[in-house]
Amino acid sequence: MAKQSKPEKTPRGSGNGLSRRDFLKGTGAAVSAGVLVTEDLLRAQGQRTGPVVGPGPVPITLRINGQPRQLTVEPRTTLLDALRNHLDLTGAKKVCDRGTCGACTVHLDGRAIYACTMLAIDAARGQEITTIEGLAPPEQLHPVSAAFVEHDAQQCGFCTPGFVMAAVAYLRQNPNPTYEQVTHALGGNLCRCGTYMGVRHAVVEAAMRGKGGRS
Amino acid sequence: MQAFEYAEPKTLNEALGLLSSRWGETEVLAGGTDLLSLMKNYVATPKRVVNLKRIAELRGIAEDSEGLRIGALTTVQELLEDQHLARFPALTTAAEGITSPQIRNMGTVGGDLCQRPRCWYFRNGFGLLARDAQGRALVPEGDNRYHAILGNEGPAYFVSASSFGPPLIALGARVRIAGPSGTREIPVAEFFVIPRNENEREIALRPNEILTEVILPATARELHNATYEVRQREFLDWPLATASVALELRERQIRRASVVLGHVAPIPWPALSATALLEGKTLTEEIAAQAGEQAVAAARPLSKNRYKVQLARVAVKRALLAAAQGGA
Repeated sequence: MAKQSKPEKTPRGSGNGLSRRDFLKGTGAAVSAGVLVTEDLLRAQGQRTGPVVGPGPVPITLRINGQPRQLTVEPRTTLLDALRNHLDLTGAKKVCDRGTCGACTVHLDGRAIYACTMLAIDAARGQEITTIEGLAPPEQLHPVSAAFVEHDAQQCGFCTPGFVMAAVAYLRQNPNPTYEQVTHALGGNLCRCGTYMGVRHAVVEAAMRGKGGRS
Repeated sequence: MQAFEYAEPKTLNEALGLLSSRWGETEVLAGGTDLLSLMKNYVATPKRVVNLKRIAELRGIAEDSEGLRIGALTTVQELLEDQHLARFPALTTAAEGITSPQIRNMGTVGGDLCQRPRCWYFRNGFGLLARDAQGRALVPEGDNRYHAILGNEGPAYFVSASSFGPPLIALGARVRIAGPSGTREIPVAEFFVIPRNENEREIALRPNEILTEVILPATARELHNATYEVRQREFLDWPLATASVALELRERQIRRASVVLGHVAPIPWPALSATALLEGKTLTEEIAAQAGEQAVAAARPLSKNRYKVQLARVAVKRALLAAAQGGA
């Protein structure tokens, strides 16, 4: 594990973190973890009755694709980094890392969320996490994934797992959507190649086949 | 992201005991859709993060004699799915305007009110008031295309990012706030403030307080209400200008009116002169257009955002016409 005083040992997707950090030098961004607790915080801590953990690594259990997975992460580790860097589940992609592109979409208790914008420790409260890897048995395609292939709904493919996860979550709520409704339902996902037409047709067709909601 | 301590208190009192009385030392985590990005960009560098999600009393929507109580942890999607919302199209439109399903599933009502401004100077480390090393304001001469056209005499030029602030103010809602010495309740209109210096915030919350619920008064359900949003991109973005209105109508005559602009000022902006113009009138397209004119009469656009004046003017007109058509 990374030492507390060092930046977390994870790739920084867009490079934004590093450049902004340099940019922000002098604003206290580089304060090391060793001197975190100030007098004020200690006073507040005196009143507490709940446990405070971190900033160092904390053992947690994530329920992923039906299995409990134990890992040790710092509280600052996002669910996305936990999946990709600690559990080798690399289906959810790290692109913007700021909750604005959807490439990291996973399901939390059946609802689509951005894994980059949730702390792993926050997802360790018993919620069921489903990733693209858990959507269908190994070597098989979920009907929505199969419809993506048939409709050529991807080019570079980097956004595809996020689109599939968003679509599957939506089809569970609305198994019979219009093209317009699918457009809105996928409003939280971006594709820089511009495959939106194929994606929407794929989702409508998966729904029409009546397979979309089941995994 | 800078490392931090983390706590998941189960009660409000435990949570309050974990918060610092100074801004920046501790942060409250609800949906996290704003906080995590702020922390990744080192704009927020808390030493401790207090997650509210285990606190049951902050959840749920319930109606009692006072009105409709919306727990601060209610997600945008839960709000949209609630049957009570049918009476409040002004809120429905605002919630639907948060166009990413993932954000709606994660983001909370309380978090919408407490989110930090989207001003790109603030988000890039120049501070809430966006000044250079010599203390000069960067926005008036800079790229201010998304900045304020009202309430922008300085030192604040950003716009309030809240989607729910304008409709809640139009509907006369209040917020309940818990702090170390008890709870207080204030109108949502007083929750938003224009900071005068870099040590102040854009909301009336103190660092060791927690917003616990929003209360829509029972009288609000009698109001014809609507929100109209003008946006540049259909998805994944904040609107450029919005108007939320609430009208007490008898036949088509306006007894009382409330018009609040969004995304055009450092706070949701009550258009008082438009309100005054509307009262006693019968709502026609012409009167709605006049109200729009009044609402932006005091606008003082910056070098690159004159277009927002027209957007706000039209938003007021269209929101008024939508409210008059809708039932109460």
